Amino acid sequence: MKLTLWTYEGPPHVGAMRVATAMKGLHYVLHAPQGDTYADLLFTMIERRDHRPPVTYTTFQARDLGGDTATLFKTACQDAVDRFAPEAIIVGASCTAELIQDNPAGLAGSMNLGLPVIALDLPSYQRKEGFGTDETFLQIVRHLAQPCARTEQITANLIGPTALGFRHRDDITELTRLLSEMGIGLNVVAPMGARPSDIARLGAAHFNVLMYPEHAESAARWLETNFKQPYTKTVPIGVGATRDFLSEVSKITGLAPKTDTTRLRLPWWTRSVDSTYLTGKRVFIFGDGTHVAAAARIAREEMGFEVAGLGCFNREMARPIRALAMTGMLTVAMMPSIRSGSLIRATPPCARISAGTRSNAITATAPAASAIRACSGVTTSMMTPPLSISAMPRLTRAVPIWA
Amino acid sequence: MNAPAPALGCTNTPVLKERGQREVFCGLTGIIWLHRKMQDAFFLVVGSRTCAHLLQSAAGVMIFAEPRFGTAILEEKDLAGLADAQTELDREVDRLLSRRPDIRQLFLVGSCPSEVIKLDLHRAAERMSVKHAPHVRVLNYSGSGIETTFTQGEDACLASMVPTLGATAEKELLLVGALPDVVEDQAMALLAALGITKVRCLPARRSADALAIGPNTVFALLQPFLGDTHAALTRRGARHIPAPFPFGAEGTTLWLQAIATEFGVDPDLFAKVTAAPRARAEKAVAAATQTLSGKSIFFFPDSQLEIPLARFLTRECGMTAIEVGSPFLHRDLLGPDLALLAHGPTISEGQDVDKQLTRARAARADLTVCGLGLANPLEAEGMATKWAIELVFTPVHFYEQAGDLAALFARPLRRRALLAPLAPDMEAAE
Repeated sequence: MKLTLWTYEGPPHVGAMRVATAMKGLHYVLHAPQGDTYADLLFTMIERRDHRPPVTYTTFQARDLGGDTATLFKTACQDAVDRFAPEAIIVGASCTAELIQDNPAGLAGSMNLGLPVIALDLPSYQRKEGFGTDETFLQIVRHLAQPCARTEQITANLIGPTALGFRHRDDITELTRLLSEMGIGLNVVAPMGARPSDIARLGAAHFNVLMYPEHAESAARWLETNFKQPYTKTVPIGVGATRDFLSEVSKITGLAPKTDTTRLRLPWWTRSVDSTYLTGKRVFIFGDGTHVAAAARIAREEMGFEVAGLGCFNREMARPIRALAMTGMLTVAMMPSIRSGSLIRATPPCARISAGTRSNAITATAPAASAIRACSGVTTSMMTPPLSISAMPRLTRAVPIWA
Repeated sequence: MNAPAPALGCTNTPVLKERGQREVFCGLTGIIWLHRKMQDAFFLVVGSRTCAHLLQSAAGVMIFAEPRFGTAILEEKDLAGLADAQTELDREVDRLLSRRPDIRQLFLVGSCPSEVIKLDLHRAAERMSVKHAPHVRVLNYSGSGIETTFTQGEDACLASMVPTLGATAEKELLLVGALPDVVEDQAMALLAALGITKVRCLPARRSADALAIGPNTVFALLQPFLGDTHAALTRRGARHIPAPFPFGAEGTTLWLQAIATEFGVDPDLFAKVTAAPRARAEKAVAAATQTLSGKSIFFFPDSQLEIPLARFLTRECGMTAIEVGSPFLHRDLLGPDLALLAHGPTISEGQDVDKQLTRARAARADLTVCGLGLANPLEAEGMATKWAIELVFTPVHFYEQAGDLAALFARPLRRRALLAPLAPDMEAAE
């Protein structure tokens, strides 16, 4: 039992809702008590959506627990399919329903609903919202993506943007433009805006742009294994990272990287005189692993800060962030690839970095103990041994000397 | 200004009961206003990350300082019986109380998961009360969604406090319900002017404000959702003064009148004391009535305030009610309001939200009162809405707030009129 005054992530079924709400034509039947409908407000109020999220809750009450909650679930399933006519449904349980063990997946599967039924197994007492997004998107891709011929023109999928994501819509707009400038078209963006029928044709793209590892790395790996689609390892947040991303895309596609910098403001802003005072300011960076890693580089190399410490709230990213803090290298494999319930002890990152690639730590001093503590401790999520360190540029550069 | 009371109003109107998906909060949400009312209380939910996430999402504010509510999140080992949940709980509570000496009352609040696994929080509370006496009293109630809907969380909390109240044989008036301090003070001032000075409030603002009840205690409810508290007080010998709820000029007057009658207050004194504030209230309500008169209203169930609010809006603001939905219809407490509500609207209890949405869309009332999970989607369909939970979070009781209460309903309609020139550009961007 852990006393909690604040949680960075919601429970994992909220992650599933983020994926379902981002998509179209997909409905989520969630076995849950009535109070769980608070989650609708995350979308109608925080995100100011003009539609209810596509979720049907069984809202069982205490008096139902002695009786047939399974039938309640099946009725809710049938009603949802009849009323909303989705192309596919995802089914699962929230934390309380998990305790009554009705097996929503089995119940829905036995119903001959006439459309794909994708079961979600989201352990509510072990995992959180980020895992919920990644796992839900993986299952949707696994179930719905079909082998198909590649597009003639070089195209990419943008994968990872969800509902309730920070600036996901804007990131899509920008990436679409960047790729288009290189002559690369868009096949599918998913989950945001995608229908199940769009998921079916993910395989037509030549490669995948993994926008947010937290939400789609598992799907990216599955697509690589099953459809032989490479995926980008650089997250293009920040000037340097965006340039590296375009290089990476160039290597994947054989197309010349084209960088139209007319929309790029940061290099001027950071040189302008009212930025001088930022020099050497000590910053501690905390957030989700992807954005923390991006921000660490921006802070050090593009704004002239001194990065005093790093941390992330999602345990899935603990190892790469720890490595980043200590060595300046960003390891590639962020998400667990093993989906069973066992824990794997992490091997210290330094044991895996070969001589010669070692570089100055991103942090000028030893990383703040609290930063390490933020991502270590009793691990209730899986940690995977990282894959080979990618061709990520070093995160240390000689800081230009100016007064 | 008041029309004669309708013969029986909606007293015998058959109630439409539906069971399907309920789009309502659980009772844990009560913590958000209760922890502000009870200034030295801490509310510890024993539940899952869902509970923690709900509380912070509903509280809507980033926690900068240590709040007086939190969640002890159950982990796998608690569920698997690998850890003794009671021991875990004791440890977390000890930690909490040792760093927060300002806490005098601790509520262990049951949740859906703690109820399903039958975690005995009542026994835990008794044990901890003994351990931490006299500095901290520990109580327990369930705010779980499988047992409580939204405002029933307050009912469960107050009901849990009743057995701990002291005993007295004095004739005292107890006001029951958590209202903002300033509103409570207004009520106390009016009662004092009527010569009724031995008045206590449940909940008290601080745990040191000792409350006692007994066979000569009479109590008036400030909110319609306090059924369990009503029952608990009655079990301890106190007597309820039935009345319409104090919303609006008429409602407040009738509520005060019931108390005045109980205490034998001279009718001339009553008229004198209430004349000026009542006139102020009527004038303020009349301003909003310009917008509301002749308009129709549809209530989705939320707080159990729907019936008395419908009564106020139809009788004092000239509105017509199409449907009035409540999560639960407590006839003992709502009898007087139901009798005043003119026959006509559908009265519904419980909910199948999709069926109710179909009715609401067909009815297309001038104003639809609903939760925030539904409001924006209905606005996007061109329906004017009033978001329901504002009625619980804003001062709306008694004379001085009657105009504000009416204005809460008038404002969405006034805004639509103001923004009308922007249409058709008011399409929501996806």
